[in-house]
Amino acid sequence: MAKLRMRQAIVAALADEMERDGSVIVFGEDVAAAGGPFKTSEGLLERFGRARVRDTPISETGFLGAGLGAAVTGLRPVVEIMFIEFLGVALDMLSTEAAKFRYLSGGKLSVPLVVRASAGSGLGFGAQHSQTLETWLYATPGLKLAVASGPRTAYGLLRAAVQDDNPVVVLEPRPLYGEREEVETGDAAVIPLGQANLCATGDDVTIVGLGQTVGTALRAAESAGWTADVIDLQTLLPWDRDTVFASVARTGRLVVVEESPRTGGWGTEIAAAVAGECFGDLTAPVTRITAPDVPVPFPPELEARYLPGPDYVRAQIDTLLDSGRLPVPWWETEGLGA
Amino acid sequence: MTATEALLDRRGGLRDRVARLERMLEIRALEDRVQALFSEGLVHGTTHTAQGQEAVAVGVAAATRPTDVVTCTYRGHAVALALGLTVEDVLGEIMGRTIGSVGGVGGSMHLCEPDVGLLPTFAIVGAGIPVAVGAGLSAQLRGGDDIAVAVFGDGATNIGAFHEGLNLAAIWQLPVLFVCEHNVYGEYSRFDLTTPVADVSVRGASYAIPSATVDGQDVDVVVAAVEEAVTAIRAGGGPRFLEFKTYRYAGHSRSDTAPYRPEGEMELWRERDPIDRFTERLLSEDALDAAAADAMAARVAARVDEAVETVKASPVPDAEAMFRHVYAPNRSR
Repeated sequence: MAKLRMRQAIVAALADEMERDGSVIVFGEDVAAAGGPFKTSEGLLERFGRARVRDTPISETGFLGAGLGAAVTGLRPVVEIMFIEFLGVALDMLSTEAAKFRYLSGGKLSVPLVVRASAGSGLGFGAQHSQTLETWLYATPGLKLAVASGPRTAYGLLRAAVQDDNPVVVLEPRPLYGEREEVETGDAAVIPLGQANLCATGDDVTIVGLGQTVGTALRAAESAGWTADVIDLQTLLPWDRDTVFASVARTGRLVVVEESPRTGGWGTEIAAAVAGECFGDLTAPVTRITAPDVPVPFPPELEARYLPGPDYVRAQIDTLLDSGRLPVPWWETEGLGA
Repeated sequence: MTATEALLDRRGGLRDRVARLERMLEIRALEDRVQALFSEGLVHGTTHTAQGQEAVAVGVAAATRPTDVVTCTYRGHAVALALGLTVEDVLGEIMGRTIGSVGGVGGSMHLCEPDVGLLPTFAIVGAGIPVAVGAGLSAQLRGGDDIAVAVFGDGATNIGAFHEGLNLAAIWQLPVLFVCEHNVYGEYSRFDLTTPVADVSVRGASYAIPSATVDGQDVDVVVAAVEEAVTAIRAGGGPRFLEFKTYRYAGHSRSDTAPYRPEGEMELWRERDPIDRFTERLLSEDALDAAAADAMAARVAARVDEAVETVKASPVPDAEAMFRHVYAPNRSR
């Protein structure tokens, strides 16, 4: 057990997998000589050599496609997409090619490919470098998608992803790279994909978070007049319906906290499933707390409003519990975004 | 003989020049039959046939080996048959029956047979190029002298995946052979309307990849060019690029009658038909006599007829098939 920053936990996960399996290779922009723009591959080049740790040109289609080709021919590539937005120019290789290869080979091929990408707002990167974009990947059978919420989950989920025989995307919330936490390393710390984690327990409401909204939800619950089950979904595709449904059956209320735009956000799937499957258990409207339907603004004052913070989440849940009605998002209260 | 051995036997048979002619005839016969089966309502959806391009497919297959990995386009029936897939494997997919190479769920554009190196064929233009580069990376790290082959059309040379793939193969000096089937048309548009160079091999050269433009209508020439390139690649010489000038007799897909062709163009290419030219050469060399040629044609026709009946008798996949193979089960590692 050691106190690690999330970026160090990622290095540790990569190193542990490269150590145990010689077919694991790492490539992406600036990952080798520079150790990664966010220092998430620091020291790997020195330790594992140039054959297995490679810098690529700035050409996501080329190197993500190469990751697929390498994955179906015996390697286990971990490909870094520096900002999740950069996947846009290469989405074909992931959604249309990699996710279909198992199916289109009649089960003869498997695709042990991992795509890591930094994601999310909060650091002043502006509209084109601050999105989470899970929804680009969400409706893609054949793909798995996990999101780290801190050093411990970054380590455990990444190791599980590398061990998986399917294409797996692991999103890393950029503001969390510097977060520190006690992290158990080793095989026992692998977090199976598809399992959520109940991080806090309470009676009044089930809060489901993903990535950096898990911390937001925990902080919101700390000083609240209610208690909550806080669930870190950990894996969005496939998501752990059992854990969420069991919690809602107990609390009777669901609040999903998302840092992405409201329309079409990942929480729509959770909300729809709970509204349908847990209909008889619900004592309040299923609630989504999200960002507004706007690009991520640059000024820190506005970005802080874009991202649902602990105080806002707490206040929205106060409203839900007090009134039994759906809380109105702040921008509607202020007459914005009509 | 197991199914795999049979595929390898079909592939290995291409060492023989006469067998190359027979495979080209088989491709032509199947492609012609696919168009007929559409009219009979036995094939639905779309399909992209490759009549006229047989020499490139067979030449590439003859000069490579089954442990080399191949990526190929949605106009892939010819390459698949050349690599060793049977008529039933290919037609089974075209007709969506369980006997097809991926159990019928793929269709005409999605053929696959790892036993002879064929990755699932790509329905997105250019997508197979970076994937072949990755297969080349595997081969390089594995050691040995296997290579990867990317087969694509002239239309793919305008998409980013082409340029990114070539660049990556060049800087990493990967064992990849890039094969452009320059068949004059990218979908419905003539090459010169979409592309500012006459020979796409200059684009290979621009990435410092030794590149050449070659007659794709002469299977002997194709084999010689591929053998030379492959020998250099296997020796550690990095990627090579071959552009084969060929011609697509059919339209882009089944619904395209290709009214955009200039008058007389088809006739000019038909005069250089790869099957006719090769047949005449083998006859003139006494490598084949007229009786053997007739017997070969009859044998191929019978094989395709038989395959059509076999595939017709093969069941449509059941609903369970569409839930199969979405994810790989994880082995414990």
